[in-house]
Order: sequence, then structure tokens, then C-alpha cells
Amino acid sequence: MTALSAEQTHAVAQILESHAHAPGALLPVLHAVQARLGWIPPSTVPLIATALNLSRAEVHGVLSFYPHFRTAPAGRHVLQICRAESCQAMGGAVLEARARARLGVDWHQTSADGAVTLEPVYCLGNCACSPALRLDDEIVGRVDAARLDELLDTLQGNEVSA
Amino acid sequence: MSTTVYVPCDTSARSVGADRVAAAITAEAARRGVAITIVRNGSRGMAWLEPLVEVATLAGRVAYGPVRAGDVASLFDSDFLRGGSHPLALGLTDRIPYLARQERLTFARVGITDPLNLDDYRAHGGLAGLRAALGMAPTEIVASVTDSGLRGRGGAAFPAGIKWRTVLDCAAPLKYVVCNADEGDSGTFSDRMLMEGDPYCLIEGMVIAGLAVGATQGYIYLRSEYPHACTTLNLAIVQARAAGLLGANVLGSGRAFELELRLGAGAYICGEETALLESLEGRRGVVRAKPPLPAHAGLFGQPTVVNNVVTLASVPLILARGAAHYRDYGMGRSRGTLAFQLAGNLRRPGLVEKAFGVTLRELLYDYGGGSASGRPLRAVQVGGPLGAYLPEQHFDTPLDYESFAAIGAMVGHGGIVAFDDSVDMAAMARYAMEFCALESCGKCTPCRIGSTRGVEVIDRIVAGTERSRNLALLDELCDTMRHGSLCAMGGMTPEPVLSALTHFPQDFGITPPAGARKLT
Ligand SMILES: Cc1cc2nc3c(=O)[nH]c(=O)nc-3n(C[C@H](O)[C@H](O)[C@H](O)COP(=O)(O)O)c2cc1C
Ligand code: SF4
Ligand code: FES
Repeated sequence: MTALSAEQTHAVAQILESHAHAPGALLPVLHAVQARLGWIPPSTVPLIATALNLSRAEVHGVLSFYPHFRTAPAGRHVLQICRAESCQAMGGAVLEARARARLGVDWHQTSADGAVTLEPVYCLGNCACSPALRLDDEIVGRVDAARLDELLDTLQGNEVSA
Repeated sequence: MSTTVYVPCDTSARSVGADRVAAAITAEAARRGVAITIVRNGSRGMAWLEPLVEVATLAGRVAYGPVRAGDVASLFDSDFLRGGSHPLALGLTDRIPYLARQERLTFARVGITDPLNLDDYRAHGGLAGLRAALGMAPTEIVASVTDSGLRGRGGAAFPAGIKWRTVLDCAAPLKYVVCNADEGDSGTFSDRMLMEGDPYCLIEGMVIAGLAVGATQGYIYLRSEYPHACTTLNLAIVQARAAGLLGANVLGSGRAFELELRLGAGAYICGEETALLESLEGRRGVVRAKPPLPAHAGLFGQPTVVNNVVTLASVPLILARGAAHYRDYGMGRSRGTLAFQLAGNLRRPGLVEKAFGVTLRELLYDYGGGSASGRPLRAVQVGGPLGAYLPEQHFDTPLDYESFAAIGAMVGHGGIVAFDDSVDMAAMARYAMEFCALESCGKCTPCRIGSTRGVEVIDRIVAGTERSRNLALLDELCDTMRHGSLCAMGGMTPEPVLSALTHFPQDFGITPPAGARKLT
């Protein structure tokens, strides 16, 4: 288990302090930890469990149930491509294949340069501008191969300035 | 004098460059020394025209779209600030047929107002419903909602008033109002558009629900796939609290209502109301057996109203204008309007709020403009990923809950996804099974295991391996899923699968039997 840095431990403690008393606090806590650390390191689990009066197994159970929560660090960017029906009707499968090929990864994997983690997503509510994808917190619509290439070029090329 | 220019802040508009357009307009106005005020409104719902820029003129709001940042200089050259002509000019927004022919009740303000401006909200009829409700007894509020005929817009179409009555009748120290903003159905985005475009309307509806049933705490459970809606709602809640719309003393009435936004975490099943409650309580989103109904024992075991975003957002108008005003729209037992969402392969995708009774064909062609690709439309999925695939022979079915049920389909949350003739319906059927396998909460074997088997069986059918034996197996599997599943995830996944097989057998490598109805 990777140990948390002092700063990370402090951040987690702060989150627990401010959320622990809310009813049903586990999801808000996990969201806050992930927002702060980028993922949910295994070493935070006992801290969270103790603060919320849960067993570690309960925390693990919740972590493993929800696809949004990461139990391993992601790349510097997360690229989610919509695989749901409306985007399929507009050629989304072509984008999936292209992103996988260009990044040299399959779903849930991170490109070798550490720039991009590729994930499937099942509807972004942007179906009227299909096909759609999400890049970190930005939603992009009417994506064609050229637009995808452009996005990937920026992510993989301008890492330092980004 | 400063001219008001509207550039939507809606996710779809932003996804195709609205932020860049807004920045370009600001910069160009500064360069030319022209005074403008930019309002980031919600979307009018004409998604193919996004980013849709509007200018307030003496004659009314004039629209231009779809605008790219590169078009901005030429818009200024054409004097668009006074409604000047330009290749992207669309005339008065309200006269665009797509909008003019709608019946905007719940979405009346969306795209028109500044979503976070409470004065704007009030000026456009906001809070009238809540003020009316504050002068009514809880039973009167419930009666009004019942009389309006409003049914749940989240999918199951259960009468809202009856659910509220049940919660009102429960004696409990603590009750809750939970807004289901999980909007997991693909092809749907009306909840998102409402939350981003008119968040106070949802808040007002929740406060009214609280007054009606005697609940003082509300939660909005929002899917994590909606980052912009999350930001807007959080700001709206803070401002509503500051304005006394939320808190210990709602609009000075002495009645309390608090509201908190909670985020989901990527699990489709958490849209099912009992799984949602589990998730709100901090657990895995596993479906609960009913009874007890959430209305009797819901969140933290207390009586709970769970309603969809659009259901709740329809309530303020019903209270403001009276039940009859709402009930007068619609057909049969489907009263009022539904915000249909046109998606997939259509030339003019977007949001169309119409009274129940409009046909699929009108939506697909008169509004949607036919396919985006120019090829014939071949199949349409209505009501999300658990909805049946319909071929053209059903396009004249009126959209109301009962007519759709009669053809083995469902209106659901009103999502309509169109496919042209390049679609491989066997692949869509396979995807439906794959999605079920992925999103099953795991409680029932037919759903959890059946869906995985379903993928394999469809693969064998398509490959031509022991086809008739595997077809029989698929039938049997679907039957088991239908009857052995606790919720509609496992129970209705057979709908898209079997409808695809029935209507499009050739895609599975099957020649329709001689004498069968011609299918293409
Ligand atoms: C698998 C599944 C997913 C669902 N997803 C949603 C959803 O995303 N949003 C929603 O409002 N209702 C959803 N529902 C319906 C809810 O269970 C429930 O009926 C609804 O929230 C009640 O509110 P309403 O009466 O206002 O529609 C889903 C149901 C099932 C079985
Ligand atoms: S049908 Fe599927 S999703 Fe629904 S309760 Fe059963 S296992 Fe869970
Ligand atoms: S189906 Fe892709 S955004 Fe909705």
C-alpha cells in the first residue's frame, strides 16, 4: 500500500472532518477525496472507514460498485467516449476505434506517455450533438475523426504547456 | 445603450463552441467600442442550430446560428446587433417553426431567461406556484397535482398526486423529497436542459412538494456525467437560500425546506428509485425489494417522495395556473405535455415539448427533418435503452403512455433515438444485452447472468452457429429475464433485443419466413 504524503493525509482528514456528520456521507466523501487526490488510494480506505463508522469491506464494496471512483491513478487527462445508442447512430463506433488505435490502449487503460486514460461512458446527455465525448470536465459534441485527432494532438503534444 | 446578446451556457451549446463564441463576441464588441451585455441563457432546444446566438431588438429576439467564433466579425459587419441580415440569420426566434409549433409549459422559460438570475425568474412567472401553494392546505396542493393528471416523467408514469397523497398520509417525524436527476437513459437530456436552463423551477417544484407532503429536507441526486448542471444547481441552491426561497422560513411563511445536491457515480441502476435511495444512504446501488414503497419507508427509512426532474419542474405551473390548465393538454390518460428529446441520426435534433398525442412521424420528420445522413430512417428506439426498437410501420402511433404500451413499447422519459438504414440491428440487440450485463446491480441471477449469456447467444446466432437452437435459447433467456427480474433493468432488456429480432431478422442472418409481413 502506497503511503499518503503528509499533505494528502491532511487533505483527507479535512474532508472527513467536514463531511463525516452528514447522513449517508460515504459518496460525498469519496467524491471529495477523488476531486482532491485524483483517485482514491487504498491507504485512505481505513481512514474513511473509521471516520464514518463503517467496515473497510463496506467502503471497498462501494468503491468497487461505482465506475466513477478510481482505485488507481489516471493519466493526466481522462477521455470518455460515449458508447450509447444516439452516439452509435451517428458513427460513435468509429471514434472509439480511432481513439483506441491512436492511444494504443483499450478501455480503462492509460497511454504509454501517461497523457490520456480512455474510458467508455454511457450517455453524456449531449445526444442532440452526437457523437459526444468528455475530456476531463469538458463535453465535446459533433465529434468527427478530425476533431478527435485535433483533441488528441493537443493532449499528447502540448503536455508541458497544458 | 447596451444591446443584450444571448449565448447559451447549456452543455450542448458549449460542446460545440458556445464559450468561444461568447468570448469572440465580447472581444469584437470591445474592439469596435460597442456596448453589449452578454447573457448566458439556457438552450432553446434547437440543437442543430447551436451555438444559437440571439440579439434583443425592438422587434423581439433575433436568432443567428449555428455560429462559430470565426463568424463573429462578419456578424458585426452585418449589424447583427440590430437584427441585420446575414447568411446565419434565422429571423425572430419565436417564429422559427420548430419552436413556434411547440407547447412550452414546463420548458417555458428555458432558453429565455438567465438561469441563475432570480429577478429574471420572477419576471417570467417564477415563484407564482410557490406563492399559491403557501396559501393552500397540503391536501389542496396534493389535490391540485392529482387533478392535473401529471404522471411521473422518469419512466414509470405513476400519477404524481397519488404518490404525494401516500407520503402526506404517513405520520412521521421526518419526511424527504428526493429528486431523481440521474437521467441515465441514453437519448435523453430534458432533465439536464431544465437544470441548466431553469434551475429555480426545479427548486420551486421541490419546495412545493415539501409543503404538500410535510417534508422539510430535499435531495437532488444528480449523475456525475453532468458537470455543468452540477455547477449551476449548486449556485442556484446557494442563491435560493440567500433569497429565502430555501431555509428555515420559506418566503417568510414560517415553513422550512432545506435542499442538498448529491452526486451519483456512474451507475445506471442508481436511476431506479430504490437503488438511488441506497446510494444516497452511502451504499452500493442495489435495488430494494418492494414493499415497502419509498413513499412509506424510503430514504433512511422515512416516507419519501421520489420524483423525476421534469415531474417536479411541472408542478409550479400547475399551482400557478390551476390543474385544468395543464390537464387540458394531452390525450386519454396522458395529460399535459412531454418534453420529447430528438436524438440520433436526425437532421434537426433537439427538445420538442408537445402535448401527448403527437405521432412519432411528426416528431421524426416535421420536427426532426428526417435523417441527418440523408438515408432512409430504419429504426427508432423510444424510451431509453430498455425501450423497444420500432420500424416504420409504427411511426404513426400517437405518443401517449397507453398507445405505446399497446404496441409493446414505452414512452418512458421521452427520448427518441433514430437510426438510418446503415444500422446493424443485431449489433444493437447485442449492445442492449451488453449494457444490461455491465449495469446490472447483481441482485437477480436472470439479469446478472442472463445478460452475459444473451451476448454469447446473439453472437452465435449472427455467426450462424446452431441458429435455430440458439434462437430458442434467446427466447427462453428473455422469458426468464422478463419474469425473474426484480426491476426493469433485467425485466425490460428483452424489449430492445426481441423487437430488433422481430422487426429486423435479416440483420441476424435470418430470412423472414415466406408469407411473413414484408419487413423492409
Ligand atoms: C433501471 C431503471 C433506471 C431508471 N432510471 C431513471 C432515471 O435515470 N431517472 C428517473 O427519473 N427515473 C428513472 N427510473 C424510474 C425510477 O425508478 C422512478 O420510477 C422515478 O424516479 C419516479 O419518479 P417519477 O414518478 O417522477 O417519474 C429508472 C427505473 C429503472 C428500473
Ligand atoms: S433486474 Fe438486474 S438491476 Fe434490477 S434488481 Fe435485478 S439484478 Fe438488479
Ligand atoms: S447517447 Fe451519447 S451523449 Fe447521449
